[in-house]
Amino acid sequence: MLEVSGLSKSFGGFRAVSDVSLTVDTRQIAAVIGPNGAGKSTLFNLITGHLRPDGGTVRLDGRDITGAPPYRICRMGIGRSFQRTNIFSQLTVFENVQAAFLVHHGRGRNFWLRADSLYREETAALLASIGLAAQEETVAGTLSYGNQKQLELGLALASSPAVLLLDEPTAGMSATETHETIRLLERIAAERALTLLFTEHDMEVVFSIAQKIAVLHQGHIIAEGRPEEVRADPEVRRVYLGHGLTHTQ
Amino acid sequence: MTVAASTPMLRRHALAATALRDRILSGGVPWTLVIFLLMATVPWLGSRYDTFLASQITIDALFAVSLNLLLGTTGLVSFGHVAYFGVGAYVCGILMKTYGVPFSLAFPASGLGAALFALVSGYFCVRLIKLYFAMLTLAFSQIIWAIAYKWNAVTGGDQGLPEIPYPHLDWMSSIPGCADLSIGARFYLLTLVLVAVSLAIVHHIIRSPFGRVLTTIRDNPERAAFLGINVRLYQLASFVIAGGFAGLAGALYGIFSRGVFADYVFWSKSAEILIMTILGGAGYFWGPPVGAAALVWLNQVITDYTQYWSFVLGAILLVLLFGFPGGIVGGLDMLWQRLKRLRNA
Repeated sequence: MLEVSGLSKSFGGFRAVSDVSLTVDTRQIAAVIGPNGAGKSTLFNLITGHLRPDGGTVRLDGRDITGAPPYRICRMGIGRSFQRTNIFSQLTVFENVQAAFLVHHGRGRNFWLRADSLYREETAALLASIGLAAQEETVAGTLSYGNQKQLELGLALASSPAVLLLDEPTAGMSATETHETIRLLERIAAERALTLLFTEHDMEVVFSIAQKIAVLHQGHIIAEGRPEEVRADPEVRRVYLGHGLTHTQ
Repeated sequence: MTVAASTPMLRRHALAATALRDRILSGGVPWTLVIFLLMATVPWLGSRYDTFLASQITIDALFAVSLNLLLGTTGLVSFGHVAYFGVGAYVCGILMKTYGVPFSLAFPASGLGAALFALVSGYFCVRLIKLYFAMLTLAFSQIIWAIAYKWNAVTGGDQGLPEIPYPHLDWMSSIPGCADLSIGARFYLLTLVLVAVSLAIVHHIIRSPFGRVLTTIRDNPERAAFLGINVRLYQLASFVIAGGFAGLAGALYGIFSRGVFADYVFWSKSAEILIMTILGGAGYFWGPPVGAAALVWLNQVITDYTQYWSFVLGAILLVLLFGFPGGIVGGLDMLWQRLKRLRNA
């Protein structure tokens, strides 16, 4: 489904991502883990076109999408959420998701209809499924942090992506919120037959839902495989010593 | 299409659900109509000078609303919006004076001309962001000013284009009550109608799916791109539409002030229109027209008392920016919300 091979990116001599290869199969839930500064976000930005790679390729269903602009990559079926929450803060929750539907259905160039009368049912249904129905009239910028993360997920889902990339979906959440978010992600991935790739620093989260894990360290992938394989890997243990990996066993 | 076809009921529902505040501040039938009718009575109830002021307010309102399509709706700060106003004024003036083209053709041509120039300059501007975007718009407007000032054969150079003819408005005599109106008053009424139609179109564009996309770009261009939006293309489209309407305002202004001069295109006019927009409230559709009315009126009142108009204007802006960041309309909105809460409590 998603195939990354030999991807590299340097920033002024610093190799943030170095020769990274990674495959995510259809409907697989995969995670990229690694300490801060390992290159996780850079890797995501390379996949979604926010950064141009120095070398390597990204393929979606066999089609080369390397270096395409973000809006094209989105239209090809990759959705993403951002690490720093990214919503339309002056619009209401409903208007946020409605806008995403308008664009997905190619209505963005329409000058003559009224935006607020379009895709109301779809928007309401999606808000209900991500648990934001009660807040639909709230101005998005005033939502709680956890709710903003949910809304961001809603924005990504409105364009019916085949692959969903989530950059630290539970960052900054309380234990309860984290737990709820993980259940939500699992349910939505199953309902929509999504291929999911996410980065995460919370090991508990990763091992509870990921079917495949890649460990990024200083821009290199040092281990890749099923959770139990990665957990047993001596190199991973060395890098993660004292980072909580042993506690999850 | 299926959704659009099944919407008459949904749309009624949506209309009913629109908040009272929305109805009063933006496009509701009663208030807009009342203000339009009040404005239309000025030639009969007011003096010639009142008609003069009302003309200026009406034209500036359209100019400021076109700027606010960039500022308030798309999130683009232009320091050079006067360029498109100027192109419209010159196109209309040159066509009518030099070539004797009737107003009914020269007016739309001035909007198209300004939109065309906005397409060319905007192509470069939207490649830059924030301050760099603003500086490039300023640069283009200075180019237009230089051309207006130096190209004697076409623009009249520093002499400008005086004595642009009024459109033929003799037909208005057949309208009851209009027979005795001066040509200036007649042109004011025509201006009022043309501006009202233009404002209705801009208002509709802002409410359309296209307008919603512009607001997502204003709030968060990075996220907008990852909804599948080609951000630059939409910014350019907004720039072209804004330029076109500024051009229409310019065409009206050239005829109203009986001539087009290079001064009209000087960058300080861009600043003035930005001030109007912010004074009225960039977050509201009716902010810029209110700002235009306030600024034109204040200018008259204050210059009667003191020559330090800029000083007073600066002081007013200072108070407003700190006290009412939403401008005059934003302040009124806040007050209204508070009253409503008091009544409900």
